[in-house]
Amino acid sequence: MPRDTIVLLGVNHKTTPLAVREKMALSGGYQEPLTALGGLEALKEFYLLSTCNRVEVLFTCRDAGVAAQQVLELLFAGAVGSRELEQYIYQYQDDAAIEHLFLVASSLDSMIVGEAQILGQLKEAYRHAAELRCSGFILNKLLHKAFSVAKRVRTETRIGASAVSISYAAVELARKIFGDLADKKVLLVGAGEMAELAAEHLVGQVAEVIVANRTLSRAVTLARCFNGHAVALEELLEQLEQVDIVISSTGAADLILHKEEVRTVMRERRNRPLFFIDIAVPRDLDSAINELDNVYLYDIDDLKNVVEMNKSERDREAIKAERIVDEELLKFNRWLANQVATPTIRELRELVDQVVRMECDKTLSRLSEVSEQECQAIEKMGAAIANKILHHPMQYLKADHHCLSRNERITTVRSLFELDNRAEKR
Amino acid sequence: MSFVLFQISCIVYLLSTATYMVYFFSEKKQIRQLARQVFFVAAALHTLNILFRYLEAGHTPITSHHETISFFAWATAWSYLSFRWRYTVKNLGTFVSMLVVLLMLVAAFSSREIIPLSPVLQSWWLPVHASITLVAYAFLALSCIGGLMYLLQEREIKQKRFGLFYSRLPSLEVLDKLNHHCLSAGFPLLTLGLVTGILWAKQAWGAYWHWDPKETWSLVTWFLYAGVMHQRFTIGWRGRRAAMISIIAFVSAMFTLWGVSFLMKGVHTYAS
Repeated sequence: MPRDTIVLLGVNHKTTPLAVREKMALSGGYQEPLTALGGLEALKEFYLLSTCNRVEVLFTCRDAGVAAQQVLELLFAGAVGSRELEQYIYQYQDDAAIEHLFLVASSLDSMIVGEAQILGQLKEAYRHAAELRCSGFILNKLLHKAFSVAKRVRTETRIGASAVSISYAAVELARKIFGDLADKKVLLVGAGEMAELAAEHLVGQVAEVIVANRTLSRAVTLARCFNGHAVALEELLEQLEQVDIVISSTGAADLILHKEEVRTVMRERRNRPLFFIDIAVPRDLDSAINELDNVYLYDIDDLKNVVEMNKSERDREAIKAERIVDEELLKFNRWLANQVATPTIRELRELVDQVVRMECDKTLSRLSEVSEQECQAIEKMGAAIANKILHHPMQYLKADHHCLSRNERITTVRSLFELDNRAEKR
Repeated sequence: MSFVLFQISCIVYLLSTATYMVYFFSEKKQIRQLARQVFFVAAALHTLNILFRYLEAGHTPITSHHETISFFAWATAWSYLSFRWRYTVKNLGTFVSMLVVLLMLVAAFSSREIIPLSPVLQSWWLPVHASITLVAYAFLALSCIGGLMYLLQEREIKQKRFGLFYSRLPSLEVLDKLNHHCLSAGFPLLTLGLVTGILWAKQAWGAYWHWDPKETWSLVTWFLYAGVMHQRFTIGWRGRRAAMISIIAFVSAMFTLWGVSFLMKGVHTYAS
């Protein structure tokens, strides 16, 4: 009985330009696509990750080819053509899929290697899948393993030491533009989690944080944790006259700010520099804004360059981190391989336990005046004999240094103990 | 004696530029410290050179081509040091020391002969007018360098390709401020230089303004600087535009200093 195939499909910032990623991003949250995936017969367990840099689906199935085709059609057919899909989508199976997941979780596949946000995003994605009962035995184990790999990488290497998140990159750039940030104001447009994370490093260093959001209540909540104040999204242009750094991360499908609007604002600002960071996918800000004097616009792909600069040290740490990933991959594979034997081991256990129980009952019923203590002793002896006898067959199933393949060994044990007949008899 | 001092200071300037270049590429803090000290020593030696030349010539050494350029280099070095004490602009020293060395080399290759003053120049207006103008040029040179550095840095940030300058140059804000401060110091001095020139002209030649080529060009330069100052105060011109204008205006100032003297004839020809 071969086990299910683990398949990972997706696009990320390495394979796919922002313009295509924008279209593929699942901006409507996880619930809807997860429910839709639940309708596919071919999938057994699945989960979905969508961040600004990647969209990935991980699932187990019997027939990888068919399942992958169905998943792609369901999720992306509406957004991009099949030619583009073929060009950009990567597909990994089993080992490669597991390794990729581990790399993603430990932020080795991130645009900004070592940034800490991805783990949070991964956990969030998993939480949604778990709540909707999309993930099962294998994926639960796999994702928990991925979290622990990420933790190991973080504690055992210095990969996160230069604290390179998007936020950090933004701070670095802001310093090159403004010099001192102590008297600068930051405007967060969109009060999502991305905004919160991106502002993280900036907040401690600037004078004030202002949050603009479509739903004001969310803006108020976020503003409170930054000691800032909230404004409505309609006040955006007015606010632009006051602030110096704008981090935009709304879920809007279209641009929310155009070049001409910013040009007008710059006149009001008497040309004081304005730094836009657009971390939304799809983009919020007109890329032509960057052409204006004293205005700087960086989108999420541009931020990569800022980070490239102190890359070499992180590359060394990344090698160490990749070794950890490899190690953990081996461990997980061993666990996964053991899972093939698990049903047999369980049935064997059950069979023997049943025999022991039956024989104990038989013996005890024939003896008269047995004390509670003696009764327990006999039961204990029965279990001990059974365990002793079972030890070798169990090892035979579990150990992996055998010259026989695991499936062959499973067949041997099953026929030896007549496990298959027993199942039929019941 | 003054000649020996000139040569020594020239060599020390060269050394400091070399050290600054090492700092520029290696970005090691200790080297920067060293470069600064060497530059300071060079500037001090240069001051001595000018003093000795004053004693040897018997008048302010600011009339021949050699003297003018040397004085210009000296003023640039000290105006840089005056800024240096107020605030640090990363790697400004590298660029300034290069300019100073360049000027010193030009001075070294022109005739060092001491020429007796013609009667018309024998006035206390000479040191006042010429030195104020040259000190103004020194500050304007700094603003030009600041503008240049601004453009280099801005180009890398705008195009999002980070090369040689991104990490080595200071922030845009600092460079823009430097440009502004230098203009705020240089422009009033330039105006003062112009005014003293006008008054001296009245005294020496009987008319305030001759439309002599040098006068015309310095007026053009003055208008360029006045324009950029005015725009900054009224509509907040800054950054790239201010940097570009201060570079163009400085080229015009240099043309006033050199080009006019060599290409056109007028009352301002060096005493040669």
